[in-house]
Amino acid sequence: MTFDWQPISLTLKLAGISTLMLLVVGTPIAWWLARTRHWLKQPIASVVALPLVLPPTVLGFYLLVLMGPNGPVGQFTQALGLGTLPFTFEGLVVGSVIYSLPFAVQPLQNAFEAIGERTLEVAATLRASPWDRFWTVAVPLARPGFLTATVLVFAHTIGEFGVVLMIGGNIPGETKVLSVAIYDHVETLEYEQAHWLAAGMLIFSFLVLLALYLLNGRRGRFFSS
Amino acid sequence: MNNRITARFRVTFPGFSLEVDLELPGHGVSALFGPSGCGKTTLLRCIAGLQQADGKLLIGDAVWQDASSFVPVHQRPLAYVFQEASLFPHLSVRDNLLYGYKRISREQRRVVFDEAVAWLGLEELLKRDPGSLSGGQRQRVAIARALLTSPRLLLMDEPLAALDLKSKADILPYLERLHDELDIPVIYVTHSPDEVARLADHLVMLEGGRVLASGSLTETMARLDLPIQREEDVGVALEAQVVERDEDWHLARAEFPGGSLWVRDMGIPVGGRLRLRVLARDVSLATAVIPEQSSILNLLPATVTELVDDAHPSQRLVRVAVGKTPLLARLTARSADALGLVPGKPIWLQVKSVAVLE
Repeated sequence: MTFDWQPISLTLKLAGISTLMLLVVGTPIAWWLARTRHWLKQPIASVVALPLVLPPTVLGFYLLVLMGPNGPVGQFTQALGLGTLPFTFEGLVVGSVIYSLPFAVQPLQNAFEAIGERTLEVAATLRASPWDRFWTVAVPLARPGFLTATVLVFAHTIGEFGVVLMIGGNIPGETKVLSVAIYDHVETLEYEQAHWLAAGMLIFSFLVLLALYLLNGRRGRFFSS
Repeated sequence: MNNRITARFRVTFPGFSLEVDLELPGHGVSALFGPSGCGKTTLLRCIAGLQQADGKLLIGDAVWQDASSFVPVHQRPLAYVFQEASLFPHLSVRDNLLYGYKRISREQRRVVFDEAVAWLGLEELLKRDPGSLSGGQRQRVAIARALLTSPRLLLMDEPLAALDLKSKADILPYLERLHDELDIPVIYVTHSPDEVARLADHLVMLEGGRVLASGSLTETMARLDLPIQREEDVGVALEAQVVERDEDWHLARAEFPGGSLWVRDMGIPVGGRLRLRVLARDVSLATAVIPEQSSILNLLPATVTELVDDAHPSQRLVRVAVGKTPLLARLTARSADALGLVPGKPIWLQVKSVAVLE
């Protein structure tokens, strides 16, 4: 049996890039949601949370339509000379980012809210500008939120199936990620390959979670001297 | 440096509005005093820029706020000590102290790190985690952290209110030293008459978002038209100077404008300054006295200046002048009547007890 590593490396690449992008995109949204009293707060929070309740196929369907040759996003990407996103790796990244957005935003928002106004006011009276306060007070204090968001988003992207199938299809080396590869193997009754991939994914996921939880658990003992 | 403070604010919340127009001295401690909900903390937050309000704020000739400009909090050279110490939990004590210090340019630093640490007795605590400190220790760190920004104005919002009695007693001496050694104005919010008497030079009384009175400590505490005079421990605080010490009896004579009082000798040398507090209930009045036949050491000639009804109909509150210094006496209405007290009448003041505050 020749073992096909491609779905594994592709999955890790997808999860890694999506996680990075989600932290970049999710942090400002979470910060805004945590601090604002704007009337748009609840509507935006609801939109961000939609992927939690929608079946992945519904989300994937709309993304396919939007990013397809006749959709507004598709027209835009074509006008830029980038072609269309469905059935490409980039399209998968966009889909994963949207699909996992609530898993990044919600832990971060909770962590930012837990910091409270007072601590940031103290920093302001100690001459820290808003940007300075964010990096030197909010981010370090929201560290558990960042760890949780990273773990959830990474794991969630690795396990994603529905959205991938809708907008990515099953192109080896481009969009054929682990979950789809396992599905394929089962479809064609290649149980041994399916076992290897499934067990590998199980163990890997467990180790990642364990590592991050251990890291998180050690927090707060940094100063015990 | 002229640091005189002009503060004019108007801000409305549901069920409460603050409307003040204040001039505060550019040195010493100005206490904002009043019951909870009187707006003293809101006023302090307006001065800091933490609360946006319409108005005007000048510190000396620097405009911090007027109709067309608003300097954001982090650009105002002020320091703020909050009621709860609010240390950054992710930083050690040392890094908490350095947080503001690092953000001040080298040329503008006037407070030396090691000095501030020594001043507030923090040498042993520098490596500790804020979570492991007691309430009093935390507040001392917060005060040092604030001072290390070399502020032009120090704002303190009931820094002792959240502490137990022991921690309070632990911090008060530091605040008194601050008062003596710091050459920047301090605005100190409190609802404790005792803290006012110990620390303030200038007193602003607030009620319902309005200024009831603003003036020098002694003058304002001796006014009879303010609600504070209904309190049990109404009295006057005086700045005085030790002019004589009686070592046999462990007494010191403290002179103030218009007279002097014998007080407990606290080891302050002749010429040293101290602060006295004379409660109205410890002062009695007499038309004639025979010193040799009284246990009362402090007898002062005075003049009645004002007389008002006290909280209970049996009591009168009398304001007298000892030279230039006003004092208060609380006595029964019957005694006041028997003595024939009217404004302008010369009288003898018998002071039963005097608290030495520093």
